[in-house]
Parts: sequence; structure tokens; C-alpha cells
Amino acid sequence: MNDFVPAPIAQLPWRTILLLLVMASFGFVVLYSAAGGSLTPWAGLHITRFLVFLAMAIILSRLKENFWKSIAFPVYIVVVIMLLGVELIGAVGGGSQRWLNLGLIRIQPSELMKVAIILAVARFYDLLPPSQIRTWGAIWPLLLLLALPCALVLLQPDLGTTITIVAGALTIAFLAGLPMRLFVGGGIAIAILAPLAYFFALEDYQQRRVTTFLNPENDPLGAGYHISQSKIAIGSGGIFGKGFMNGTQSHLDYLPEGHTDFVFATMAEEWGLMGGFALLFCFFLLFRWGLGVALRAKTRFSQLCAAGLSITIFFYVAINLMMVMGLAPVVGIPLPFLSHGGSSMMTIMICVGILMSIDRHPGRQGGAFG
Amino acid sequence: MKTPKTISSAMQAMTFSRRATIVGGLQIGIGVLLAGRMTYISVAENERYKLLSESNRVNLTLVPPRRGWLIDRNGKPIANNKTDFRVDIIPDRLEDKEKTIATLAGLLSLDQEEINRINRELEQAKSFQPVQVATGLEWEDYAAVSVRLPDLPGVSPRQGFSRNYPTGAAIGHLVGYVGIPSSEDYKDNPDPILITPGYRLGKDGLEKTFEDRLQGKPGAKRVEVTARGKIVRELSSRPDVPGKALQLTLDIDLQEYAARRLGPESGSVVVMDCKTGDILTMTSMPSFDPNSFSDGIGVSEYGMLREDDHVPLLDKSLKSLFPPGSTVKPMVALAFLEAGLDPDESVTCRGSLRVGNRAFRCWKRGGHGRVDMAKGIYQSCDVYFYHFAQRIGMNPIALMANRLGLGQKFPIPVPSQFYGTIPDPQWKMKKFGKAWQAYDTVNSTIGQGYMLVNPFQLAVMTARIATGKEIMPHLLLNDERKPAKLLNLDPEHLAYVHQAMRDVVNGPGTAGRAKLPVDNVELSGKTGTAQVVNLDFGRGGSDVAWKFRDHGLFVCYAPFDNPRYAASVVIEHGGGSGSAYPVARDVLTYLYDREKAMNMLTAMEKSWGGTISERMDRKLAAYRDKAELEKALSEGRAEAPTTADSEAASSAAGE
Repeated sequence: MNDFVPAPIAQLPWRTILLLLVMASFGFVVLYSAAGGSLTPWAGLHITRFLVFLAMAIILSRLKENFWKSIAFPVYIVVVIMLLGVELIGAVGGGSQRWLNLGLIRIQPSELMKVAIILAVARFYDLLPPSQIRTWGAIWPLLLLLALPCALVLLQPDLGTTITIVAGALTIAFLAGLPMRLFVGGGIAIAILAPLAYFFALEDYQQRRVTTFLNPENDPLGAGYHISQSKIAIGSGGIFGKGFMNGTQSHLDYLPEGHTDFVFATMAEEWGLMGGFALLFCFFLLFRWGLGVALRAKTRFSQLCAAGLSITIFFYVAINLMMVMGLAPVVGIPLPFLSHGGSSMMTIMICVGILMSIDRHPGRQGGAFG
Repeated sequence: MKTPKTISSAMQAMTFSRRATIVGGLQIGIGVLLAGRMTYISVAENERYKLLSESNRVNLTLVPPRRGWLIDRNGKPIANNKTDFRVDIIPDRLEDKEKTIATLAGLLSLDQEEINRINRELEQAKSFQPVQVATGLEWEDYAAVSVRLPDLPGVSPRQGFSRNYPTGAAIGHLVGYVGIPSSEDYKDNPDPILITPGYRLGKDGLEKTFEDRLQGKPGAKRVEVTARGKIVRELSSRPDVPGKALQLTLDIDLQEYAARRLGPESGSVVVMDCKTGDILTMTSMPSFDPNSFSDGIGVSEYGMLREDDHVPLLDKSLKSLFPPGSTVKPMVALAFLEAGLDPDESVTCRGSLRVGNRAFRCWKRGGHGRVDMAKGIYQSCDVYFYHFAQRIGMNPIALMANRLGLGQKFPIPVPSQFYGTIPDPQWKMKKFGKAWQAYDTVNSTIGQGYMLVNPFQLAVMTARIATGKEIMPHLLLNDERKPAKLLNLDPEHLAYVHQAMRDVVNGPGTAGRAKLPVDNVELSGKTGTAQVVNLDFGRGGSDVAWKFRDHGLFVCYAPFDNPRYAASVVIEHGGGSGSAYPVARDVLTYLYDREKAMNMLTAMEKSWGGTISERMDRKLAAYRDKAELEKALSEGRAEAPTTADSEAASSAAGE
């Protein structure tokens, strides 16, 4: 196309990169304002991390499908071991934790599990002969793959991540062709079991989060504070927002976690409904691209993997936005590309990297099985 | 398909794209839901959330309004607002607590008790609630803290207003006082201003009656605060609207003079303008200092006021009832005249008169000899009145008393007034179920027996006798006035009584010493000595215990020929009218020659031990010492030393 640009650079998925850059820059602007007009402590680090992880994603995009296939199960096992390690250190050191300190960097294994489970489940249905997809043999390995990670993450306890892990895996199972009645029946079962789970499975603080989600105004200074203040921030922004650097909810600390989980409220207060729509449109483009990658992929693994990764990012966005707008209980899930935080950004950029890799190497028809 | 159960890769690929479309559709669905939700929050509920965001951001601090002034007839302040310098600590901004408090303690000379209180309150207060260090500071102390502010983060010297009564105790009973709203006040009217520090409500007297007018509207200071209550900046503020001033008919200088002139006595002075009914002075002593109440009165000061047998908390002008004694004789004489008694008709006084089986004494044991009406008044002969009262009967006397204001309640803006008793046969039957007797009439004609009045009524009575008009008292200078109605008394009768009253002071009467030391102004008056108990051992003079002594009374007006001022002076247990008329003389002198009156007062105050506030301070100090001593005794030793000698006691307590 353009002779002056070297081929390797010209071949980069520029449209996708540009989209990500726009969102991360928006995040930079919002975090800059949230810090009262300062690059520290959030905005500068945010954009630096993004650029580093973008470079990582571009490197990942050079890898081919076979590499992802080959590491799918080993990575899964390593991450499970890391989760166990977190639990053990927590048990020895006293008090639960989510981090694993590897000296130079701190890693949150539950974040990595979100990617690992996608690779492992996609790989499993890739290996499963088509004839068995409607048998018990297509179900129990899935449950086995989910059992340990879910148990370990729930122990932390981290309900939000557990939901993302389960939802990602089930989406792949759905796309892989498990009988529809399982999902319909499962949906009905959840509707029945959810109240039971609420009373018997959830921790006290999780129960409270659910009740305050259902009625945040009942306890505006206690557990409902997050949701109330978040809605005040979004609602007071109106259509065009209060303007850059003019958000009072965030600047005067009324909005808790305004730079992490509730960054959307910080944004909406200053940029209003227009900012929200712009961001939703960006995410729409991202997921259209993600699902497009899955549909264009030629091999079964890359199809399932691409769809699973895209849906994982989607769950981040959907659960976070529903929480911020008072449609879901407060579970600690950040908003991709905007929230400040290294672990989740790494996870998301790994997803993006693998998606770009599949986009670049759609594979050949018929190469899926055998 | 031959075998529907076998699924090929191609079929799986089809399933995938079909189901991927479903997933995509669900994603779009959720996206639309989120967009809709956000639109709802930020458009439909925008107003509500905007308001909530503002109420988060803006902290409204109410500023107590300045109360309206009370001013006297000449515009001199009776109650105003004093700039109050105070120092508070904002715990949030405090850096080094110990050092800051130590510095403040040095600058403001705080005692250990205060420092303990500050430390305690600092621990309890929320971070943004100011903790009071000191109020009512002198400008010098305030300035000393202000210049050191850079070294004292978290310390906030502020300027507010507190109620101030320049004449202190002299005006106590009439103006009342202001105080912190009670929890009942807040329950009745849950206005946040009521729980704002520094806000005061009228609790008694005029401050209470005119609360609505004096109150004013609070100002508001709007500040932007963070979620933790830290003040970011000040926003626009609304100034307070001070309450409206209220002009009274009082002459505050005269009021103060009268209060001082009463000296150590317990009593009342009321001075009225005979022409307008304006109350120029309504003094009751001893009194309390309303300034002490406004700042929150101390336990020991209140205890002292409550335990004092001179009852400083009681307004003696309106709420103390006294037998009027002989001060009613001009009134009774008017009743006699109206009933047709010839004033020249006389009786011989031999010192007592037998009524029924009891001898009623005249105050003059030796008797007055021949007494007509004029002599009956100026010599205050009791026998004259005993004699003719039996002929005229009680009813005309009681009617005249009521016409002249005794037993009446007046429409003046005070929370309460006691109206006393003017007895008559119906009243006695109703009250005691007993028939009226001749001796009841006899008792009443000399203002004893059942008859009880307050000093204010005596002043009104005097004004009415002096003018012959139904003078109504006024306390507000600019209230609605109606011209006083005539009392329909025969001018000749009035003239007769006036002349007799003139002779009380300027003729052969009982109060020669009450003569005004002012050229061309003659005082007319009537003395009164009211017995408290029937004393078998003699008269209630200064030789018996204070509470058995006779009350001393004096009513008067001046000038005699063109009455301008009417006054009543009552000295509780003063030992006789001799305690009252010198006070009346000096107070009226003050109206004509302030310098001369002040000179007389200064000399007297020296012998009493200083001005009112000096004497009250000394009394309070003594009271505190005594209370402390008693406390030490009860704590230190089970058995008190038998000698009440304070030195012995304190050394015993010190062991």
C-alpha cells in the first residue's frame, strides 16, 4: 500500500491499535483530572504501562496458533499452582491476599487465570471429537477445569473474578456447541439457586453488597455509599458533564475508588452522557473486532479462543459498568483501558495480543482437528 | 443427514457462527441497556443528582444573627452586641496537639481545668468540628494568638457577637436574659440555627417577650468541603440580618442610678412619666447580672443567687407583693371624699381606737390629738382612718383602689406580673367563706390585712392621683397611645389630697427629709410602713432580725403643682418608711440635677463597699470560698470542728 512504510510496520493492525490508544488516552485524561491535574500518581503510570503492554501485545501477535495450543494446558497448571501459592502464603502469613510477590513484580494469579481458563477450555473443545460434543464427556472435563480455579479464587475471596472465569468458560462451551437445553436449564437452575446461594454460600460482606445493590439509598453512608456516590457523580454530570477538571465528586473524595473501579463515574461527571456514549461506542468497535476475529478464524481452537478472549474483556466492561450504574452489586472489577491498575491491564492486553495473533494467523480450513 | 447424532466439523463451524451471532446480539443488548441506564441517570434524574452533588460539596454553616438592640428613650443602649473574640481549634488541621495547647495555655493563661476540658473535647469532636478554647477574650489576648498563627496550624481565632448589657444587674429583671436554646426549644422548632454554637434565645423578660422581633435572620457561610470535612475554599456567604432594635420608655441612666441608690437594700424603685405613662425606671434589687446568664452562668454564681434571702432572682417591682401600708391613705381619702365625707370633720386620736373588742393602735403611741383629713394624711394618723372607714365601709374604698390601679394587671410586655389583692366583702366570702368584719375594713384602710399590691401598681396609683387621669403605663416608646381618660374625680377633692401630700414633705408631715434639694421643685408624697408580722415585742425597726423588720414604702410625685414624675419606692424589711423616702428623694433629684444626685450617691457607695458589680463580685468570691470550705470539711473530716472559725476549719481540713 504505502511504499515508504516498511512491511512489518504496515502490517500491524493499526485500526485496532488506534482504537486502544484512543481509549487508553481517554483513561489518561480522566486519571490526570482525578489526581487534581497531575501526572502522578496515576495518569503517567497508566499511559506508560499501556504502552509497555501494547508493545507486549504486538510481540504476542507475532506468535502463531500452534504456540497458543501448546502452552494452553501448561499455563493453566502453572496458574493453578500460583493460586495455591497465594492461598498457602495467606494461610501461613495470616490473612487472605490476592498478590503473589515474585520479588521484582507482584502478580495477581486470579487475573492470569482469566486468560488461562480461556486457553485451556478452548483447547479442550478443540481436542474433543465433534461426535462427543453432545455427550457427558464434553461436560465433566469442563467442570474439572473450572473446579480448582473457582474454589481457589472464591477462597480469596473474589466473587467478581470467579464470575468472569466461569462466564468465559461457559461462553466457550456454548459456542463449542453443547446442547442448548443445558444452558436454558442452567439459566432456570441459577434463578432458583441464586437465592439459596445468597443465604448459604456468600460471605457476610458479599451478602451486604447484594442487599445494598438492591437498595443503596437505605444505607447511604455505609455499604451503599459506593453506589450512591457513583450514581450522584454520573447523574450530576448530565448530558455534557461538568467539564474537564471540574468534577467535585471525584476531586473532593466523595467518590470512592474514583481512579480504579469507579473511574467511569469520574469520567461521566466531567464528560457527561456524551463521554459515556463515546466510550461505549469504542467498546462496541472493540467487541465487533473481537467477534469478527473469531468469525474470520478458520481453526476451531482459534475460533473458540478468540471468542472467549473477546467475551472476557466484555465481561470486564459489562460488569464494571453495571456496577457503577447501580445495575449490579459492587464486585471489584476494573474498567479496561481506563481504570488504574497493572494486573488487570496486563490480563486485558494479553487477551488483545492473542486476539491480534489470531487475527494475523486465521489458520487454514480443516486444520482444526487432527 | 443419515446419522443425526454424529456431528461433523462443518456442522460445528455452523453452530459456532450461529451461536456467536447470539452472543454478539446479547452483547449489543447489554450495551443498549447500559446506554439506556446512563441516559436515565444523567438526563431524567439529572436535577436530583445535581442537588445531591451540591449538598455533598457545599457545607452550609449558619452564622447566628446579631440580636436587635434594646435602647432607652434617649437612644442609649440597654442591651447591645459585644464583639466577642474567641479562639477555637480545628482538630483536622492540628499538627502538634501538645505544643499547640501548651502555647495557647501560655498566651491565654488557661488553667489546668480548662486544658483538661479542651483535651477531652478534642478527643470526642469530629475532625471538622471546632473545639472552643476560650471566648470573651480581651483584644490583646486575641491579637497575641492572631500574630502567632503561622506557628499554630489548626488554631482559629474568630470574631463573633455576644449579648451585652452595659448596665448589668441594674436592668436584670426587666430585660431578662438570653441563653442557649434548650432541647425542648429544638423539639418545638427543629431549626438548625438552634443548635448552632453561639446562638442565643431570649429566656426571660423583654428578651423573651420580643424574641421574634429581636431575633434577626441567621447568615450563612458556604464552604466547599471534601468528603473528610476538610475545607477547600469559602464560597459566597450571606450576611446575617440583625434583629430590629426596640426602643423602651426607660431612662437607662435613671434606672442605673436607682439601682445603685438602693444600695445593699432589697427593694424596688418605679418612676413614671405622669403625662404619658412612660415607665422611666423599673428597678428591682438585688438583681442578677444578665451578662452572666448570657454566657452560661456558673454553678456557684447561680447557687449564690438562689440561696440569697434577698431573692435576687425575683422581680420585686412586678412579682413581689407587699402590704401597701399608709401609702394608700390618699387613695382612701379620695374614696371618703367621693362618699361625701367632709374633710374638715375630725376625730381625736389618743394613740389607738377600739374596734369590736380589740384596740387598733395608731403608729404614734401618744396620739395625734384632733385630726382632720389633711392631718390624717400628712401625719399619717391611723385612728382617723379607722374611725371614718367604719362609717364609709369597704366597698367605696375597694372601688377607688381598683380605679387607681391597685389590684390591676397592666398591658405591658412582660412575661408575668402579680396583681395582688384588694379585699372587699365578696372577696372574703369567696376566699375564706367568712363574713367581712369591721376590723377588716379598719386593717385595709391603712394598707394592712389582706391588702397586697406590687410596687409598680403603687407608682401607677400615684400617677393617677397626681393627674386625676387614668394613666396607663407604657414600656415601649413608640407603641400606640390613647389619650388618658379622666377618672371623674372631683377636682376639689384632688386638690385637697394634693395639698395634704405636699405637706407630707414640705409641711408638717412625716417625710420632711424627703424635700428635694432642687430649687422651685416641690415633692408631694406619702410615707408607708407595713408590718410584716404582728410583733408583740415592739415595732419592726432595725433592732430586730431582717426578715421581721417592717417594709418601708414611699410614693410621690413632682413637681407638686404640675405633676411630671410619679414614683414609688419599696424597701423590703427596710425597718420603716424612713428607709424609702431618701431613696425617692435622691432618684427624683437625679431627674433634675444629675450631678448633685451623683455626688450624694458616690459618698454613700463608699460606705457600702463599692458599686453594684464590685459588691456582687466580692459576694461571689466569698460564696465560693465558703462552698469550697464546706466541701473540704465534708470530704476531709467526718466531724466538723465545733468552732465555725474559718482559720480553724481550714487548718483542720489541711491535716
